Amino acid sequence: MSRNPYVRPISTTTWYMRNGRYKVYMLRELTSFLVVFYSLLTIFALSALADSADRWNGFIASQQGKGMMVFHALALLYFLFFQTFPWFKLAPKAMPVQLGEKRLPDSYIIIGHYVAWIAVSICIFWLAGAF
Amino acid sequence: MAIAKKAVVWGLFAAGGTLTAFVFPALIGLYLLIASGNVPDGLQFDQIHAFAASWLGKACLFIVLFLSVWHAAHRLRVVAHDFGIRKDALVAKAVYTFAAIGTLLTAFYLLGI
Repeated sequence: MSRNPYVRPISTTTWYMRNGRYKVYMLRELTSFLVVFYSLLTIFALSALADSADRWNGFIASQQGKGMMVFHALALLYFLFFQTFPWFKLAPKAMPVQLGEKRLPDSYIIIGHYVAWIAVSICIFWLAGAF
Repeated sequence: MAIAKKAVVWGLFAAGGTLTAFVFPALIGLYLLIASGNVPDGLQFDQIHAFAASWLGKACLFIVLFLSVWHAAHRLRVVAHDFGIRKDALVAKAVYTFAAIGTLLTAFYLLGI
């Protein structure tokens, strides 16, 4: 090893701004804040539910309004395009399915994920009595 | 030991990532419905309470929240590194403590329903 190795000066805080792929990577990383936010919101909802009908109704009332609608709509779009869809896209790479000598085509695995996702979503809306 | 820990954390991250990818759009959709004033019948107190009071309902809610917080914890640890915070041991302690508290609170509230 050289006594004076050359270290390329790379910023540890803004390194991802150099390259489009890195920027997209960071945009995907940020969906973790949405996971935190909605997990905490739902745990808070559980605390209201465990407490009393009044607190539950108060929680539901506190969540209504135009501002919340805009926030949730944007969060939904952001989550879909930077978490759900990329996760499905990488599924065949993370869990390739071997069939004898061949591999199941990637498109089958990806389409399977979308079909399962639509089924799960319908189940949740049905359980919640949305239709 | 280090490898075993890594496998557990990584397993929770992968399971949580898959679960959030599948479940969170619908969850956010429900919050959107609530925000718009069209609160679904299943979210009226009596109905959601009955759901959370059943063991199946408790199990569903617990698994979703448990995996979500542990997935988020692992992701936050990486995000901290990506934004230049290089005190990984401290960050790891903080995010996994957060996940453990989230898990305990979820269990506590669910058992109280």
